[in-house]
Amino acid sequence: MIDPVETFKTEAREHLVNLEGALLELEEVQEDRELIDTAFRSMHTIKGAAGMFGYQDLTDFTHHLETALDKVRNGEMEISKELIGILLDAKDTIEESLATPAFDTHLKIVTTRIISRLYELIPEGVASQKSGEQLPEKTQINGSDVYRVRIKPSSTTYQLGLDIIPILRELNSLGTCHVTTCVDELEGTDDYDPQLSYLYWDIILQSKQPAPSIADVFMFVEDDWQIAVDPIDLTDGDEQSDKLGELLVSRRIINRSQLDAILSQKAVIGSQMAQQGLATESAINAALTEQRVVRSLKQSSSGQDATIRVPSSRLDTLMNLVGELVIVQARLNQFAFNNDSEELLSIAEELDVLTTQMRDQTFSIRMVPIGSTFGKFKRLVRDLSNELDKRIQLETYGAETELDKMVIDKLSDPLIHLIRNSIDHGIESQTERTASGKSETGTIVLSAEHSDSFVVIRIKDDGAGLNSTKIKQRAVEKQLIDPQEVLDDEAVHHLIFEPGFSTSETVSDISGRGVGMDVVRRSIQELGGTISIATQPNKGTEFTIRLPMTLAIIEGLMVKVGGESYVLPLSAVEECIELSHPNVGSHTRKRIVEVRGEQIPFLYLREWFDIRGEPPSIEQIVITHVGQEQFGFCVDEVVGQYQTVIKRLGKLYEGATGFSGATILGDGSVAMILDPSALMDAVGENQRRTKRSLTISH
Amino acid sequence: MADQNNTVKSDAGGIPGATIQLLTFVLDDEIYGADINQIQEVLEYRRVTRVPRTPDYLLGVINLRGQVLPVVDLRHLFEMHRADMTVNTCIVIVEVSVDGENVALGILADAVREVIELPVSDINPPPRIGSRIDTKFISGMGKYHDEFIVILNLSKVMGDEDLGDVYEAVSATKDMADTVPASE
Repeated sequence: MIDPVETFKTEAREHLVNLEGALLELEEVQEDRELIDTAFRSMHTIKGAAGMFGYQDLTDFTHHLETALDKVRNGEMEISKELIGILLDAKDTIEESLATPAFDTHLKIVTTRIISRLYELIPEGVASQKSGEQLPEKTQINGSDVYRVRIKPSSTTYQLGLDIIPILRELNSLGTCHVTTCVDELEGTDDYDPQLSYLYWDIILQSKQPAPSIADVFMFVEDDWQIAVDPIDLTDGDEQSDKLGELLVSRRIINRSQLDAILSQKAVIGSQMAQQGLATESAINAALTEQRVVRSLKQSSSGQDATIRVPSSRLDTLMNLVGELVIVQARLNQFAFNNDSEELLSIAEELDVLTTQMRDQTFSIRMVPIGSTFGKFKRLVRDLSNELDKRIQLETYGAETELDKMVIDKLSDPLIHLIRNSIDHGIESQTERTASGKSETGTIVLSAEHSDSFVVIRIKDDGAGLNSTKIKQRAVEKQLIDPQEVLDDEAVHHLIFEPGFSTSETVSDISGRGVGMDVVRRSIQELGGTISIATQPNKGTEFTIRLPMTLAIIEGLMVKVGGESYVLPLSAVEECIELSHPNVGSHTRKRIVEVRGEQIPFLYLREWFDIRGEPPSIEQIVITHVGQEQFGFCVDEVVGQYQTVIKRLGKLYEGATGFSGATILGDGSVAMILDPSALMDAVGENQRRTKRSLTISH
Repeated sequence: MADQNNTVKSDAGGIPGATIQLLTFVLDDEIYGADINQIQEVLEYRRVTRVPRTPDYLLGVINLRGQVLPVVDLRHLFEMHRADMTVNTCIVIVEVSVDGENVALGILADAVREVIELPVSDINPPPRIGSRIDTKFISGMGKYHDEFIVILNLSKVMGDEDLGDVYEAVSATKDMADTVPASE
């Protein structure tokens, strides 16, 4: 079972995302009823849920924010940039505070500051109580200011840790409450289980709120608890009293004894409640119709797309099982092929089709649209451009492009870094922009699209572009390249991905985190992707990230080196050629092979893997490409294409470089999956180290 | 050192007469014991796929019902002589906690003996001297049928910080050794 508190946190985070999205859009359009409502509802739900789960400090904090949003909703207050700023800060604070039920000192200070900033904006500093008193006149005209609410928690409610008190407290905050506690269905003390709840509550609520917002109070319990909220029509209250008994019996949930309880409770409430007592009767009268309307409304809003919340660990398990299935399938295919039985072959083929479908379906379950992360980037651009006093707008395209959930989670940090870079280094200040004849507002375009079995994400700015001279100078300073080394522009631009390279001269909040572009590139490579740059002076810079759609199963090319099998990702493989001169080059790691006039460096895997014994007379070179670069791997034998289920190597092998995982072969043995770009880096790093150590020893 | 010495005893809650169960196995003619709760299963030796350019004490990986598990050679780690595989060579699958993460891995044993039960009161702290392996890997010393049993603290063995350093040192020296002489 999922911990209800965890569910609360997850849902609260989702509401925060909605809130943020609505606020950011509001900032642009200023006046949009629907957006204001969305923001208000998110805040309201968070508040209600926080109360349910004992986040009392958070409830109090959000209450103030809700009040402010309510005023905006009622037209008592205007949406201003300042208000949105405060609310966005509040959103961050709420997110932070979800970790613990009670605020620590830091949070207390921050929240108090936010609230005081908020009240400076609220006209005349109207407190919520005051407005509550002002409004009954208005709402009494509507005729629905009194509600009859019945709450019957599920009997296991205390075991689930859901308490009734926060709900009652919240109802009380909506208006005047008269609460009666009733005992239900308890026949004798013998059956009494102290852990179960036998109680229900009848509440007469006098409130200015419309019925749905009262129903909102029960957002988190409505599935399990019996809840009824009924507006009472006061105008024809007197005439209906004679029909009362009939109505009560006709309502399914109420039996004779409960009716008695209700009647007696009316006596307890007494003469001062006379008005509400009358209202109770009429409430029952209105109950059936009203209830039906509310329920059908609720159903139509929640039934739009029926979804099931499933813990991702279950999906992982499913994914693993499908992986197993694919491996067994490979074995079966092999066996069927070798056995030369027509019938077996056709079974294997049929099963193969099913397995493939099942694999694809399972993948699709894990796919989520990348747009879910875009809100975060909009916020980032807004905050940073304000901070740096630049005018920047973020345009996003392809929000519906789907990627594996895990990939999206891991992609977030690199994307943030790239966008930060574009804002900080790419887009110039307003004056610089005007001077170079550009519009004052800079634009960053974030787009995502499918292309073959890849997802291509582009981050493009219309800023100053990369400065080749500066980069080169920096690289020389950092001893990444030789001052004499001749590099073309592209090679220079790629230097920014080198470890130890950082173009930022001043350490700022934006890019001084000690995380460089090398980390970005590594994260992308860990996801099996590549990143490349295109830049033009004064026109801007574009980063292109290519990612495989999934991380779990890839098409591979199986090769053999020294009796062991290895798998190369087929997406990186360009061609295989025979190595005609085994002794090309000297005893250095990086060797060169000439393919159609092009010189391509290659790695002699036997040597790199420290394999002893004689190599075969004819060796093969598999040419791969990493981004724009080509790189070869010399192997003993190329076996062929292989559907590869990627298995993690685990903690103990965290330090092993050059492998993106392992896979299980049809015969049950394990083969390592080679990571071309990591190997290429390792070789480069190795050569530099050797070079350096040689310089030292000379 | 005190905290490690107490590990076994405190596990049993210090109740008089409490016992612990150990799986015993042989490494270089000495008997070692590991807490039975950490043992998943014992496998016959099977071919281990080498992971190139990793430290020697990591033998490689095996496939255990679809899971890829690393196999550790304790002989190498404890600086004993390397031994040939025999009929008795086993891979003991254990689950240990490394940096708060549960990791399943195989350890290579010359032979697996039996499961024994030892009274906690009979377990002595590791000797300061005279032990072949580093005492920080040892929870305690037990005696069973006149034989000494070295009780291993497997989490300590696998989570040892020094191992990380060994890792880097190994790959660095390898590179040097391979490349430097060649270019001279």
